[in-house]
Amino acid sequence: MTAPKTLYDKIWDAHLVHEAEDGTSLLYIDRHLVHEVTSPQAFEGLRMSGRSVRAPDKTIAVPDHNVPTTLDRANGGMNEESRIQVDALDKNAKDFGIHYYPVSDVRQGIVHIVGPENGWTLPGMTVVCGDSHTATHGAFGALAHGIGTSEVEHVLATQTLIQKKSKNMKVEITGKLNPGVTAKDITLSVIGATGTAGGTGYVIEYCGEAIRDLSMEGRMTVCNMAIEGGARAGLIAPDEKTFDYVKGRAHAPKGAQWEAAMNWWKTLYSDDDAHWDKVVTIKGEDIAPVVTWGTSPEDVLPITAVVPAPEDFKGGKVEAAKRSIEYMGLTPGQKLSDVEIDTVFIGSCTNGRIEDLRAAAAILKGKKIKEGLRAMVVPGSGLVRAQAEEEGLAEIFIDAGFEWRLAGCSMCLAMNPDQLAPGERCASTSNRNFEGRQGYKGRTHLMSPAMAAAAAVTGKLTDVRDLQ
Amino acid sequence: MDKFTTLTGIAAPLPLINVDTDMIIPKQFLKTIKREGLGVNLFDEMRYDREGNEVPDFVLNKPQYREAEILVGGDNFGCGSSREHAPWAIKDFGIRCVIAPSFADIFFNNCFKNGILPIPLPQEQVDILMKDAEKGANARMTIDLENQEITTSDGEVIKFEIDPFRKHCLLNGLDDIGLTLEKAAAIDAYETGMEQSRPWV
Repeated sequence: MTAPKTLYDKIWDAHLVHEAEDGTSLLYIDRHLVHEVTSPQAFEGLRMSGRSVRAPDKTIAVPDHNVPTTLDRANGGMNEESRIQVDALDKNAKDFGIHYYPVSDVRQGIVHIVGPENGWTLPGMTVVCGDSHTATHGAFGALAHGIGTSEVEHVLATQTLIQKKSKNMKVEITGKLNPGVTAKDITLSVIGATGTAGGTGYVIEYCGEAIRDLSMEGRMTVCNMAIEGGARAGLIAPDEKTFDYVKGRAHAPKGAQWEAAMNWWKTLYSDDDAHWDKVVTIKGEDIAPVVTWGTSPEDVLPITAVVPAPEDFKGGKVEAAKRSIEYMGLTPGQKLSDVEIDTVFIGSCTNGRIEDLRAAAAILKGKKIKEGLRAMVVPGSGLVRAQAEEEGLAEIFIDAGFEWRLAGCSMCLAMNPDQLAPGERCASTSNRNFEGRQGYKGRTHLMSPAMAAAAAVTGKLTDVRDLQ
Repeated sequence: MDKFTTLTGIAAPLPLINVDTDMIIPKQFLKTIKREGLGVNLFDEMRYDREGNEVPDFVLNKPQYREAEILVGGDNFGCGSSREHAPWAIKDFGIRCVIAPSFADIFFNNCFKNGILPIPLPQEQVDILMKDAEKGANARMTIDLENQEITTSDGEVIKFEIDPFRKHCLLNGLDDIGLTLEKAAAIDAYETGMEQSRPWV
């Protein structure tokens, strides 16, 4: 009888190409996703050393970070540097023969939305991308994580990655969620509880009834932010919801291969008596709709709370909180629900999927955004956008006063023209509230799509339960 | 890759926790298709005002730290984005070693690929090195990778741990891809096996 294993152990073992005595391992990579910002130097490295892409059929590229999301983008609108990066990806995809979704393709979108949507991401796979939010794909029970550009070059050349095994951490969310509480509130609350370095050195498996109850979209939101908790990757064991989501997608297996895949996928769960190096348990009913107040994703509080004081913290966090509160232009003791905003951003690889747009539209239906606000919805992909139009969601957003954009990363990291001006404050469904993240001196409050929609209606951070 | 053996240089103190890669190199500088030239924009939004003038209080703008080769930072250094532009910028500035109580995973990996040595140490030891760094230009620290030792300007020696494989690669300036391609037969064998075990991939 073999020793009990976690899901991570099982995926790791299935991809081990070579293991040295000191544990340094060579792991096979099943899917390599590529975007325009972190890949040009890697392709250049291949050219300089005369190497080719080892497995072009397992390599999928799409431009997302730089691309404008305004409706006129077919007519240009990209600055010179961005255009050079996108052109470089066009050329690299062509020269090296990898799968490619150009800006003009309806399937173009954020790489972490495009992968699952087209059936590239499958249970039990190893998935890497030169982007930290690769953790998203863990929702399928795939071991997925971000890598740097040198590692992008390494994977292109060898289809493997040099790794040391991480430790196993279980995050269990028990019971049911309360009304108004979403996947985003789960993932932010976990980071609030464990800290942004709480997951360092671990791969997290999320489990428990509240996780099982989530849709695939919700699970992707949870895993997406595993990196914000410091973990190498987040995982959720695949189940019927996963298989239903995958089945029939363009690059998912068909026929006999589907049956063979299912036979293996059904074994992908952590054994009952598997060893965990760390366990965190949170009751679903204890999670509230939350927002961030500071400049780290761990600065999470229920919307009903007040801005904390630096003295509430210990160690290096005292100085960090002081800096954050000043940067954010807040006052300790101020009610979070009194904080007024200028901008609302709904989108990103965290919350740019169809379910996110449905949740926001449900709040906005028949309502208008607060006068003077700038509000935009940036669907995660062209396919999400098309579906939202078909379901009548686009109309709800437009009627409410939102801009209805084309797909891309947009204001999540503000590499394209979608940026905050200094001092502007944004209710954002993205994943990082770092200083300057959404624009120089811009102020970001992270929250769920429903909460962002509620903020758009009132013009301040708002408890979505008051509008439901 | 450049070798890292020993380094004696000025250490700059940056006593902030959660220094993220957006701080290290803001996104407007990620539009390059090269690895070089980012040092001038290292910590750009902390280092310069909106008009591009240096912020005199920022550590790397102070006369005594302009030639820093070592950085002493706070917990969770390098968190956030996977951008390798962060270590590229650090190296291009001239910093070859970063010391902190803990590092974010991807940044930590990225450092080793660029001949930068990241050293995680217990908080109490980082506190000692932070104090030493605060002395300024006349105080030089020495990092000895072979012996895994840091020597402060006062001669105090602090030992550090490092993964043996990574140490070997840094000491010899080895290229990962070259090393992996030596195992091409194992990769071939794995792929052949996969045609049976997971043909749908």
